[in-house]
Amino acid sequence: MSALSALIRRDIRIALRVGGGALIGVLFFLTVTVLMPFAVGPDLALLSRLGPAILWLGALLASLLTLDRLFTADHEDGSLDLIVMSRTPLELACAAKALAHWIAAGLPLIIATPVLGLLLNLDGTATLAVAATLLAGTPALTFTGMIGAALAVTLHRGGLLLAVLVLPLSIPVLIFGVAASQAVISGPLPFGTPFSILCALSLASLVIGPFAAAASLRHGLD
Amino acid sequence: MKLTETLTDLANPTRFLALTARILPWLAGATAILLAIGLYQSAMAPDDYQQGATVKIMFIHVPNAWLSMFVWGVMSVAALGTLVWRHPLADVAAKAAAPIGAAFTFLALVTGSLWGRPMWGTYWEWDARLTSVLILFLMYLGLIALWRAVEDPSRAARAAAVLTLVGAINIPIIKFSVDWWNTLHQPASVLRMGGSTLDKAFLWPLLVMAIAFSLLFITLHLAAMRNEILRRRVRSLQMMQASRVSFISEPGAGSREAGASKEIGAA
Repeated sequence: MSALSALIRRDIRIALRVGGGALIGVLFFLTVTVLMPFAVGPDLALLSRLGPAILWLGALLASLLTLDRLFTADHEDGSLDLIVMSRTPLELACAAKALAHWIAAGLPLIIATPVLGLLLNLDGTATLAVAATLLAGTPALTFTGMIGAALAVTLHRGGLLLAVLVLPLSIPVLIFGVAASQAVISGPLPFGTPFSILCALSLASLVIGPFAAAASLRHGLD
Repeated sequence: MKLTETLTDLANPTRFLALTARILPWLAGATAILLAIGLYQSAMAPDDYQQGATVKIMFIHVPNAWLSMFVWGVMSVAALGTLVWRHPLADVAAKAAAPIGAAFTFLALVTGSLWGRPMWGTYWEWDARLTSVLILFLMYLGLIALWRAVEDPSRAARAAAVLTLVGAINIPIIKFSVDWWNTLHQPASVLRMGGSTLDKAFLWPLLVMAIAFSLLFITLHLAAMRNEILRRRVRSLQMMQASRVSFISEPGAGSREAGASKEIGAA
């Protein structure tokens, strides 16, 4: 247990220090969100209708961008081999790494959401709904994305391959995340139905993700 | 000739530290006095017949907006100093200016949106001017991220200098295209600032505040440069200490590490 908490603390510290790049994800989120009005026009009514979708897409792309670093840095300096060989189960170590990554890179996205909601003319309840769905949904993005990150690091191909692998897997999360936020703003559906499906997706990926990532690391690294 | 000599003199960080240690208290004092005068005059300024008391936000907002662009200019000159003249303090100046410029830009955005709330009924409007300031803020954040991404300060300095100069060329282009984008989509803007020239009762406090904020920037910038020089000294001392410790405890460590890095390079 102490090995896992040490791993989590180490990952968070590496991500937040100089050269870590966890906060670049938030900056990317901010930039993508600011770019959207240039594409669709500065009409505030339209922006507030598209707001949840824009925020969700931005958060999805930002968390995908930072996923690249989840295993690559450790693979380069050799500590990934030590983690694979250690007595701690690799599944738990993967889960700990993903948790640390979510705390360092996913949580700041949710904290930034209210400011971006202001830019997109979302009112208080809508912003709160988007933040709540992101809080429930981003763990699913991180934990399913970890599978892609593990595959990409074993194949020595990062970047675009990771995006192609992970983006289709994140479609359900996107659907129910945006549906739940839209339900609060306009929609005929109650908020609870899509939101509980979103939570279920997160919980399922919490179980599946570490096992799949550990399996691909074991088979890939030899 | 005199100017270049002074600049060469300042290339010695110790001389720079000694000089700024003497200047800084005076600068800080002048800043405080001018800020006090400016704030008093702003508080005493009459209310606008249309905007009421909220017009006083202008006395904070406009100096911040002016400095947000001025600081990028300072950084561009420092970037030229890094790339062309290799002045040792130029990259210190550029690095120290970036967070201060980002802070001024952020304050300009926040005060603007607080001013916008009673005037236009919304905190944010995709008006051309606000949008360009927001993009400027994003560019500041990107520059700070670049400074933070590379651990060796002198390598980060050259990359940041190139980005700063590209930004200096691009900012007018961005401003122009944002203007074009906005007028294309939204012909009648909500934000007509009223073409009227400023009354003298507003102009004087505004000028005093602008000078006070510029002095504030110079004070903060020199102090941040001192901090950065000292921080680099601490860093190099720590690295010397670390290398000495590793050599004493493990005599073979250096050669083994060199071998390992060669292996990585080969692979």
